[in-house]
Amino acid sequence: MLDQRTNTTLPDGAGVGYKPQHFQDLLNAPGAVTWLEIHAENYMGDGGRQIAQLRHLAENFPISVHGVGASIGGESRLDPEHLARLKKLLDWLNPASFSEHLAWSTHDSAFLNDLLPLPYTKDTLTRVTAHINEVQELLGRKMLLENPSSYLAFAESTWSEPDFIREVARRTGCGLLLDVNNVFISATNLEFEALDYLDAYPLDLVEEIHLAGHDEDADELGRKLLIDSHGKPVDEPVWALFDHVIARTGARPALIEWDNDVPNWDVLENEAARATAQMAAQTQKVPA
Amino acid sequence: MTQDTLTQTPARATVSQAEFRAAILNAQADVPEGLVNPDGQQASKRFSVYRNNVVHSLSEAMLTGFPVLTKLLGDEFFREMAKVYLRIHPPASQLMMHYGAALPGFLESFPGTLHLKYLPDVARLELALRRAYHAGDADPIDPAELTSLGQHDLMEARLTLAPACEVLQAKWPAKSIWDFNMADGPQPSAGGEDILISRIGFEPKTFLLPEGAAEFISSLLKGRSFGTALGLATSNTPDFDLTATLTVLIAAQAITGIDRD
Repeated sequence: MLDQRTNTTLPDGAGVGYKPQHFQDLLNAPGAVTWLEIHAENYMGDGGRQIAQLRHLAENFPISVHGVGASIGGESRLDPEHLARLKKLLDWLNPASFSEHLAWSTHDSAFLNDLLPLPYTKDTLTRVTAHINEVQELLGRKMLLENPSSYLAFAESTWSEPDFIREVARRTGCGLLLDVNNVFISATNLEFEALDYLDAYPLDLVEEIHLAGHDEDADELGRKLLIDSHGKPVDEPVWALFDHVIARTGARPALIEWDNDVPNWDVLENEAARATAQMAAQTQKVPA
Repeated sequence: MTQDTLTQTPARATVSQAEFRAAILNAQADVPEGLVNPDGQQASKRFSVYRNNVVHSLSEAMLTGFPVLTKLLGDEFFREMAKVYLRIHPPASQLMMHYGAALPGFLESFPGTLHLKYLPDVARLELALRRAYHAGDADPIDPAELTSLGQHDLMEARLTLAPACEVLQAKWPAKSIWDFNMADGPQPSAGGEDILISRIGFEPKTFLLPEGAAEFISSLLKGRSFGTALGLATSNTPDFDLTATLTVLIAAQAITGIDRD
């Protein structure tokens, strides 16, 4: 079994993206949920209810801090104010894990609140590597890097995404967050085989897995276009890819992300229970 | 698309983030050359996914952040207005909890709202309530600490107010409009309102201030002594009611410390 994990202390079980409406449910009936993930930017206020709830939850669950605003792939320099806020949050919370995206969101001081795509070129590699090194040095901890969901490609790209991610990880020592839903979305949208992607991807560096639902649309030629909406149950082909991954990695911290049209707790917990069950089944098949 | 097919043709169009950003924020702009479909052809609808995501997420943040304005203007109108706003004022920070800070000024000149003169004050109040919600925590003092001070000590003292505390001097009845729309308050009547925004526990609350109190509390917030603040308030408002003002501050759990040097 592959295991080179050094950057997270999350348990090898199911987690969910934390939503304030589930605060009481989580404390009363966590069920299969063994850890929580929060979006860093939502907890950068000075105080108030959200911070107090997080402090309380952190006494009961390992927490993963997931950043959506660092703009690791940005052409501009990283925002020092934002990094300082990130450091402040991580320093008081001391979470089990910190992750960010292979994407950009800020340019010329305008933050677009979305994860925007990158061409996989030598320049991008140099920039992403420098930014991850800067983040890790400032925060005093290693981060996990998440693969994006793609709707289009860059003609200028000269690297495949798995090779690019492998090289970034090699140069920075960062761990990887494998979003299986993103792989499925990108594979569908850019017409490659998800299994080929996973074969090329450095699974030995995976320290966390994301699972989520997506929407289906079509492009101007009627070709299937999947949208990373995080507003539905995990789709069956994504569960199948998850099986494929954990058959190779063993159980990993696996997160159900559900950010829009957030369901009642039992629906979310049920998704976490399924992830747990699949990992248990795979672990029995392939003893460590 | 494989690495081989990509490297066959040299001199591919490169797309800068400045170009990408400009095309995201301008629905009429051409999709930058070099963004492609799986067949290598110029992307169009696929680029719109990013455009829509950005517009949707920023509009939603505005909608969530300004519930009363949304109610006053209607969901549909507010969304359309937010689309105009976000293109002029994309977020300057990653903290979406404070997004929309330029809305009061925007409302004063936006053709659809400039005749609704009370909207900017409502926007200011909603922004202040959000700041209060996320402000630092602080416990209020026991009011006895204040009343037990002798006259001289009180005048020399500096009161610390909670980080959530702000004063809004609205030309329009912003608090009454808020209460009417969100808390079953009575029909607002004309006239400006001086408003204290504070937090009781984790709940942001608003309090109407008596005449002169806004100036008094603003002086305290600037770190002026109690006596100086009182002098300024009474010189501009001869019948300034200190007792009524302190009653509001105590009810608002606004006083969190007494610094007697």
